[in-house]
Formats: sequence, structure tokens, C-alpha cells
Amino acid sequence: MALSSKTKAVLLGPLNKNNPVIVQVLGICSALAVTSKLEPSIVMAVAVTVVVAFANVIISLLRKSIPNRIRIIVQLVVAAALVTIVSEVLAAFAYDVNKQLSVFVGLIVTNCILMGRLEAFALGNGPWPSFLDGIGNGLGYGWILIVVGFFRELLGSGTLLGYQVVPQALYDAGYENNGLMMLAPMAILLVACIIWIHRSKNKELQEETN
Amino acid sequence: MNRENSGYTIIYASVMVIVVALGLAFTHQVLNDKQIANENTDKMQQILRSLNLEVNAAEAQNKYSELVKNAYLVDDEGVKVEGTEGITPDDPAFSTELGDAQAKGLPVYEAEVDGATKYIIPMSGAGLWGPIWGYLAVETDGSTIYGSEFGHAGETPGLGAEIEYAPFRNQFKGKNLFRENEFTSVAVVKPGQTNNRRDYVDGISGGTITSKGVDNMLLNSVGRYKNFLMNLHTAN
Repeated sequence: MALSSKTKAVLLGPLNKNNPVIVQVLGICSALAVTSKLEPSIVMAVAVTVVVAFANVIISLLRKSIPNRIRIIVQLVVAAALVTIVSEVLAAFAYDVNKQLSVFVGLIVTNCILMGRLEAFALGNGPWPSFLDGIGNGLGYGWILIVVGFFRELLGSGTLLGYQVVPQALYDAGYENNGLMMLAPMAILLVACIIWIHRSKNKELQEETN
Repeated sequence: MNRENSGYTIIYASVMVIVVALGLAFTHQVLNDKQIANENTDKMQQILRSLNLEVNAAEAQNKYSELVKNAYLVDDEGVKVEGTEGITPDDPAFSTELGDAQAKGLPVYEAEVDGATKYIIPMSGAGLWGPIWGYLAVETDGSTIYGSEFGHAGETPGLGAEIEYAPFRNQFKGKNLFRENEFTSVAVVKPGQTNNRRDYVDGISGGTITSKGVDNMLLNSVGRYKNFLMNLHTAN
């Protein structure tokens, strides 16, 4: 399936130059809350991608009929209803996944990325570009979460996805897990480091300071 | 009709609310039976885990029926309540929630593992971010713990959430709920500390409040079964 260069930009932009977390600085709360281990980070990344993509499509299909005065409310209702239905379907067909996700459901609905994309993109674009925008932003958010989750679990627990990675020999020699990594402030520092590396590579994103 | 017209706005909002409400209600209605079946299977898996058995969802129902021989309610004095026996999910024991003020008694499950009877007691309490719960499998002397299972709704991964994993749970095996015929339960202490009066296990480093919640739950929630356990203890 060939994508025009404009739609390609919609899909690929959020992965790099227009990343929701490190450029638009959205979705920070959940990026801190769920990344203490790698597995919930991955689950959350998938969930947000699915929700943003489909919410974008629904709002895009409705965009010509929504009264301007209640547009935020309509977006919120669509997002909340979608997340609730996803949660109900999972509870029936994939109970284990739902048990993990039930904690995050509230976090997904209030995720700024969701409302941000509905407001900034879905209201003004057709369903297919909106779908791609949702996927792109979800993946852009997702890779940041996975990187942060990777380092937090590795340095904070010595494991990855639950499997011991730091060899016992290191522990015997005196190495200790970094307890600070398990707390939220370290997550924001990790995000800041990612932003630092990202901006040094993408000079046009650096803001003017005078 | 003009989109910005007040009348249109009100009608739009009303229709949206009705459509969403119907949609959610319909989805729930259609999926409810499957969801309840999943919840029951999950509860059976938790009870089996307190017996130190890890089974997947497909085998849970069979293993549960094979091992759990009886289930009933007991009153505050520890006496079995007449007419409450039965091990299916519709029977009193499985379907009674601990916090239910209307309940006729407290649920107890009896399992037979390798010829020996174990009594399984549900417990519930509060963690840092939400509820915590669990099951304690006790030997026929009413005091020695055979196994434990802990669950939580939203404790922090890597910290409070560690209570559901084997390293924490395995500590309880062999611990005693009674000391010199007095119900002292098992304490959860800060790692490195000790307790002379009571049997104890190490809490989670960095998960202090969740650990305190477990400590509290073991004392107060399991404490409701004090008389039931005392009856077992004095008889054996």
C-alpha cells in the first residue's frame, strides 16, 4: 500500500521530529507511572496506540457534525467509551491482559496525547490520515516508554521482563540495584536525558535562548 | 440545521449520551457471563496458588474440583453455619465477599493435598494505592501456614506489587499463627528487623506501606477467623 509523502509524514513524524513525549511534551504522567518495569510499559504502549488510533478515526468521522461548544466533551465521551469497551472485551476474552491493564485504564483516558491528537488532528482531517496519526503518535509515545522502562527495570531491579539480567557475581562483588530508579523523579530525569540526546541530533528543535 | 444552534447542540448531546449508554450497556450484557466465568476461574487459580500450585486458566476448574473437598461459612465463634456447604461458585463460600455486612458468615475452604487436609482462609486489606487481598492455606493444627497467595489492584510495580511473587510468598511457609495458644499471626517487618513475640517475614524494600498493609491484613482480616483457628488448634 503506497502512502503519499504527506501521509508518510503524518505517520513517521511523531516517531522522531514531532514525538508526543519528547517534543510536544505530552503524556508525561503515564510515562512516569508505568515505566518502573518493562512489561507494563509495553502493555501501555500498545493500549495507547490502539485507543488513540481508533478514537482519532471515530472523531474524524464525526467531525462535520460536532457542535463547536461541546467538542471537548464529545471527544472525552468517545475516548472514555472506547477505553471502557476495550476493557470489557478484554475482561471477557483476555482476562490476564485485562488484569494488568485495569490499573491503566484511567491513565489512558486522561492521557494528554489522546485529547491532544483528537483536538489537533482528528477534528480537521479525514479518517485515514487520522488513523495513521493515531498509530504514529502511539508508536512515538511507545518507544519512549519502552526505553525508559528498559533502563528503569535494568538499573532498578537488575531484571528485564522479570528475568534476572545482572549476574549474581556483580551482586556478590558489592553492586546494588539503584533504588532511586524505581521512583518517578528518576523517570523524568531519564526522559530529560532522551530529550537532550534527541535535541543535540536535531538542532532545529533547539529553542532560541537569549 | 446550523451546527452552532443551541437546539442542535442539545439534541446532539442527548443522542450521543443515549447511544453511548446503550452501547456500553449492550456490550456489558453480552459479555457478562464470560467475564464472570473468567473471574471465577481467576479466584480458583488464586486459591490453588495458596496451596503452592500454579495452574493455567484451562486446568483451573478441574484442579480446583479435584482438590477442594468442601467449602462453607463459619460464624464469629468459628462454628460452621448450617446449610452453607458447597464448593461451586454459586454456593455461599465462593460467592461471599469478606466485606459483605449481610453475609451469614466467613468463607472457609477445605482442600485435601496428598491425603492431608488444609484450610484456606481468604483475607482482605488496604495497600498503598488500592485494595490488597489474599488466601492463607493453614494446616490442620490451625497454626502452621502451608502456603499463601497475595493479590493487589494497583500497587507499584517493583515495589508493593512484589507481594504477589514467590520470593515474598514463600517466606510464609511453615510460619505459625499461634504462639503459646495465643493468636499472634505473622508479622511483616522491615527487612533486617526481628520480632520476638511473633513469627515474622521480611517486608518489601521500598514498599513499606504495602508491607504494612499486608501486616495489618494478616492481623485483622485473618484475625476474624481467630476462634475458628483456635478451635482447630486446641483439637490438634
